[in-house]
Amino acid sequence: MSLNPVNGKYGKYGGRFVPETLMAAIKELEESYIQIKEDPEFKIELEYYLSEYAGRPTPLYYAENLTRKVGGPKIYLKREDLLHGGAHKINNTLGQALLAKRLGKERVIAETGAGQHGVATAIACAALGLKAEIYMGSEDMERQALNVFRMRMLGAEVHPVDSGSRTLKDAINESFRDWTANVETTYYLIGSVVGSHPYPMMVRDFQSVIGKETREQIHKKEKKLPDALVACVGGGSNAIGIFYPFLGDEEVMLYGVEAGGSGISTGKHAASLCGGEEGVFHGMLTYVLQDSDGQIQTTHSISAGLDYPGVGPEHSLLKAEGRVKYATVNDDDAVQAFLELSRTEGIVPALEPSHAIAYSIELGKTMRKDQIIVVNLSGRGDKDVRTISNHLERGEKDEKD
Amino acid sequence: MRRIEEVFRKLRKKGDGALIAYVTGGDPEPKWTAKIVEELIRNGADLVELGIPFSDPVADGPTIQAASTRALESGVTPRDVLHIAREVRERFSTPLVILTYYNPIFRMGVQKFFELAEECGIDGIVVPDLPIEEAKEYKKIAEAHSINTIFLAAPSTSSNRLQKIIKYSSGFLYLVALYGTTGARKDLQDSTVQLIGRLLSYTKGQINLAVGFGISKPSHVKTILESGADGVIVGSAFVKVIEENLDDQQQMLQKLGKLTKELKKATLKP
Repeated sequence: MSLNPVNGKYGKYGGRFVPETLMAAIKELEESYIQIKEDPEFKIELEYYLSEYAGRPTPLYYAENLTRKVGGPKIYLKREDLLHGGAHKINNTLGQALLAKRLGKERVIAETGAGQHGVATAIACAALGLKAEIYMGSEDMERQALNVFRMRMLGAEVHPVDSGSRTLKDAINESFRDWTANVETTYYLIGSVVGSHPYPMMVRDFQSVIGKETREQIHKKEKKLPDALVACVGGGSNAIGIFYPFLGDEEVMLYGVEAGGSGISTGKHAASLCGGEEGVFHGMLTYVLQDSDGQIQTTHSISAGLDYPGVGPEHSLLKAEGRVKYATVNDDDAVQAFLELSRTEGIVPALEPSHAIAYSIELGKTMRKDQIIVVNLSGRGDKDVRTISNHLERGEKDEKD
Repeated sequence: MRRIEEVFRKLRKKGDGALIAYVTGGDPEPKWTAKIVEELIRNGADLVELGIPFSDPVADGPTIQAASTRALESGVTPRDVLHIAREVRERFSTPLVILTYYNPIFRMGVQKFFELAEECGIDGIVVPDLPIEEAKEYKKIAEAHSINTIFLAAPSTSSNRLQKIIKYSSGFLYLVALYGTTGARKDLQDSTVQLIGRLLSYTKGQINLAVGFGISKPSHVKTILESGADGVIVGSAFVKVIEENLDDQQQMLQKLGKLTKELKKATLKP
């Protein structure tokens, strides 16, 4: 079982593969973080913002209608979609923004793909009086125009990134470049359990509040541990957040669901763990989607939040150890699950956790009625309504053709 | 193994500095690269750094990013770039250094990469995203293949860490002149001169010191060398010439030659 990284490594994964200019900052960040996170004042402050501002704890909701429909185990939903901002992202941005403030940095930069982490960063920075600048691929800015407006309304500056594939990975590249130039004054607020050490550890720590609550809540409701936890994996922050407090409970099966896009065999997907190979990218050794020369490949998923060619290094270790089973769900099945949950429970999930819902429905068919599944419903689906309707229209058109 | 040190030694004896010229392999097309490199050498480049393009060059500014994109679009592979170096090696004894990010090396396999590099007459390797902490095995393998490991030092590098980096480095130490990515800058920062001064007390008698990032003009070169560095690395300024002359190969080579001459002149003992 993986716990804290040794020398920045989870087994052989992780590390600090960054330009020399950033090494001092990364080591300083690690040292400060280890001190500050144990500081009672910091803990109280973070807890205050999480409960009073973001809306924690989130409910663990028994999805009775969906359970009946599947006809198998009890399905519970961890309702991270009810958080301020509409996703689990704020657990991390509040934590890191408070840390940035402690470190005396007034300027915060962040990357965003779909815009969820950008919005969560803009929110945290507005609340804490920090200046936020967000890098976003120009292609993503077109696809997620609404979130661009939201960030700007929240007072953040949004910088379009025109290099490379003009998506999330390029936004991360550009954030690294900015940080390299302004490392003395700027805090880089990474949105997932990726990047150089200590980011994967920090983001996991801030997100593991999801799993801690789930543990208490399920114990209260069912007087036992769940049989399975299911979460979607892009970079992997919501998954590690719910898994982490359960890693030692061998009887709890853990499932991480990656974006299968049009199907692994088509090459159009974003499943780094299921369809990639080991590589070094964005500061870490991990599973990466790459070609035979080590060039990073562009990804495809209907869900912009999973559209990333790497994955957190701790997931790579959990895969190697066999502690977590990683699988994929295709675009079409995720859309079906999106509709299914919306109709049966009146809950519109984001496209990202729709992958986890789809997997849970299938998994449920193989389990007994006295068993329990918890799905991490990491975000709400308002942002995806247009994508879904476009997808359905295209499907109808294809059928007519 | 000694080719790089030999060049620095000879130049120092004369009181000159080294001009290290960088271009990206395969930019704009693989078949041009050997000609470009040879033009740089013929006009006075003392060492040539040849880049293996990477899809996500986080340490590079817009100019070299664009070169990487052009090179990758041309279909050039890491093996191709090494083979181009071999072509140059057959005609020139100038030290050749490969610059790339770690993933292309990792993907090929560190062992295999150094075998091929040695076979192609490569003298040194620079990997901007491989810090010494991750480079133990890498260094061992490089040494076994008689290839210099050139590590980077930055303005933020502490003295303590600098000493470790020097121990890991051979050939020369690559000093990053400023906070930021590669790319031509109009002026040299005063802090760069101070930085060189700070480093010299550690590098003197230990390792050659070459300075890169933001250096594009003869006046920059002069200042850097007067501050005590042994060499300068110029990249984006050369790449810019390539970018501005994509349609006219003759003119491109001519202008590259001219820039090399101007910069080389600035490295000579006054």
